[in-house]
Amino acid sequence: MATQRYFRYPQPQSRLMTRTFSKRELILILLLALGGLVVLPGLNAFVPAASALHVSSFTLSVYGKYLTYAVLALGVNLLWGYTGILSLGQCLFFSLGGYALGMYLMLMIGKLGQYKTDIPDFMVFLEFVTKYPATGGLPPHWIPFKHFWFAAAMVVTVPAVVAYGFGWLAFRSRIKGVYFSILSQALTYAACLMFFRNDFTFGGNNGLTDFKFLLGYDINAPGTKRVLYLCSAGLLLLTYLFCRWLTSTKFGLIQRAIRDSENRVLFSGYATADFKLFVFVIAAIIAGLGGALFVPQVGIINPSEMSPEKSLEAVVWVAVGGRGNMLGPILGAIGINSLKSYATHAWAEEWPYILGFLFIFVTVFMPKGIIGLPAQLGEIKRRYRARQQPTAVPLAPENAPPVSSEGAGE
Amino acid sequence: MKKNSLSLLTQSCRAAALAAGLAFTVNAADTVKVGVLHSLSGTMAISETSLKDVLLFTFDEINKSGGIKVSGKNYMIDPVVVDPASNWPLFAEKAEQLLVKDKVAVTFGCWTSVSRKSVLPVYERYNGLLFYPVQYEGEELSKNIFYTAEAVNQQAIPAVDYMLAEGKKKFYLLGSDYVYPRTTNKILKQYLKLKGIPETDIVEIYTPFGHTDYQTIVAAIKQFAAGGSACVISTLNGDTNVPFFKEYANAGLTSENCPVVSFSISEDEFRGLPAKQLVGQLGCWTYFMSLKTPENAAFVKNFDAWLKDPQVAGVDYKVTGVDPKGRVTCSPMNLSRIGVYLWKQACEKADSFEPDKVAAALIGQKFKGPAGEVTMQANHHLVNNVYIGETLASGQFKIIKTFTGVAAEPFSEKFLK
Repeated sequence: MATQRYFRYPQPQSRLMTRTFSKRELILILLLALGGLVVLPGLNAFVPAASALHVSSFTLSVYGKYLTYAVLALGVNLLWGYTGILSLGQCLFFSLGGYALGMYLMLMIGKLGQYKTDIPDFMVFLEFVTKYPATGGLPPHWIPFKHFWFAAAMVVTVPAVVAYGFGWLAFRSRIKGVYFSILSQALTYAACLMFFRNDFTFGGNNGLTDFKFLLGYDINAPGTKRVLYLCSAGLLLLTYLFCRWLTSTKFGLIQRAIRDSENRVLFSGYATADFKLFVFVIAAIIAGLGGALFVPQVGIINPSEMSPEKSLEAVVWVAVGGRGNMLGPILGAIGINSLKSYATHAWAEEWPYILGFLFIFVTVFMPKGIIGLPAQLGEIKRRYRARQQPTAVPLAPENAPPVSSEGAGE
Repeated sequence: MKKNSLSLLTQSCRAAALAAGLAFTVNAADTVKVGVLHSLSGTMAISETSLKDVLLFTFDEINKSGGIKVSGKNYMIDPVVVDPASNWPLFAEKAEQLLVKDKVAVTFGCWTSVSRKSVLPVYERYNGLLFYPVQYEGEELSKNIFYTAEAVNQQAIPAVDYMLAEGKKKFYLLGSDYVYPRTTNKILKQYLKLKGIPETDIVEIYTPFGHTDYQTIVAAIKQFAAGGSACVISTLNGDTNVPFFKEYANAGLTSENCPVVSFSISEDEFRGLPAKQLVGQLGCWTYFMSLKTPENAAFVKNFDAWLKDPQVAGVDYKVTGVDPKGRVTCSPMNLSRIGVYLWKQACEKADSFEPDKVAAALIGQKFKGPAGEVTMQANHHLVNNVYIGETLASGQFKIIKTFTGVAAEPFSEKFLK
């Protein structure tokens, strides 16, 4: 595949098979987890609002949103960076997870809507009561979403089932490369159009919004916001550990082998389609979980979250952060979205140019993304030194530092 | 002395604001921060950028004429412009940023219903103020939002009344599958039934988002209009109007044999449409650029002059990204501007920028705008004049009918009785 040749993937090294986490990585993760799970919410909860160190609920919930994006990015990376499947439709699964929880949140509004009725507002003005008279206007498939456990189960199940169905058809027919990318994009676009239709019973263009309660707690209270943030941070940490573990097992080795040369793996006797299907379903579940935590924090889910641009954006985060390792996508998702939040306020007119330039710069000059930058700079430095001292003993391959092993490849 | 009284003022303001659960900035240079929340990039930028321009123009106008007089001081409007990028979750984030970080006293913004729905909980939570200037479906009333926009009974009902008076007996309701068309048509259907139009003479059709193939629908309209006295009430959005009107003209349908009234095409949208195919078709708004009033003449002239040298006087704000070529004024722009003036008057009446006091003072505020006098009602909507215009090849409308002093009513069940 042309993309693979272009972005040279380093070969997997057997020494990494024996140890999941290097010491350096472990310390880094612990520090990040401490910062994200303890310090930031602590500054929000215990530092008085007047203090300069105080983190407002607004900031915390914006970061909570970024963390759910980072979860989505990890799923994209598991597919793209580790299995070589470039899915341009991951936001479909993200939105499906979001809709599943959103339906529960809609039903929890109760009589606090504009019409003071038991059913959500959009069902009142679309006159669902004439369509579903037996249930007082509530479409039958909405009824079980009154229970949190059911909605939570659907957050995982719906994306998994859709991914299984689509993946089974696509991988069994040996659809890969750009063809798979295009199909995945078409899938999310089709779903987007379907959800736009008011007859589809999910609120049409306006989607689901104006949530009030989650498990009986006021969804906008600072305490609830903090818990939602903590859940997002916890989910991100768990997803990270899971992805790290999965890719360090034998399964992960086969995953990377599929990425680098699927035919060889196939002819070695592995059913590559099953492996790919498994990873695709896992990535969909990860996206769905991210989406479920995204919705209560931003307060809205509507079909434009399924539009292909959103999925492309997720791929851009991974590309900018650096794929093929687990920290890059997190860095990319949080970094780009913080930058976007800042720029849309500070340079409201010019920000698309700034971000666009950044994307082009990174993809052209930094093929391993931001995370690969130290290794890239080290490489440049080494080459520069080698040129400065042509008489010096050239670095023999066995003495050479493992230039690209820490960064983009592992 | 000056400094002292100012700090006292700021302190008392802060105390008042803390009581209301929100603080806003009135800083030392006697300026008041005002948020502008319109998409400057993405799909909605084409419509919303015009509103951002007209808002900055209005701030400039007010600052030049002495700003807002509160507590014996003249406050200059200091705009905080953000770009929610046609992204609905980002709208909520930017709204919260304006309220929490910038502590704006008021926000002018939103175009689509979904963006308003997205920010509504934010304004309610922080007890902020939002002015919404674009015609919409109603069925909503928030104590924190002031809707200068046309409600359904200020646009769709007068248009249908006009059609009935013209002797039209068959109605084809065509819309994009959004909430606004759905709600409008639902109301129109009930209204037409009240007026004695049998259900068989009303057709309601929706086309999906981004639809381009109108052949079948236009053929159906042609058949529907064959017996005469038929008309089309269109709530088609944006780009879909291009293939629709093209097909409509190709099928030999004209404003003579079956007129179309569109609710989503104003002078500004017209810039992107094939003018020739729309000549003679109708529009219905509370403002047209072609209105002949001294206020409108001044508005059009001053805005045109401002576009060539865009700035906001009295504050350190640099205006960028204004395109002065081929610009027009339209109803959402006029209503945006009216919103700013109503807010200014209310602040002066309440002698405060505190949202609760301003909201209370807003009720009953009158403003003589380019399209006549408007009054803010207790239901947060305006009493406004409604005009029906006929499209000219120049992209302007010739006003053919005026309804004076129509009171907006957001909830349809109240005016359908």
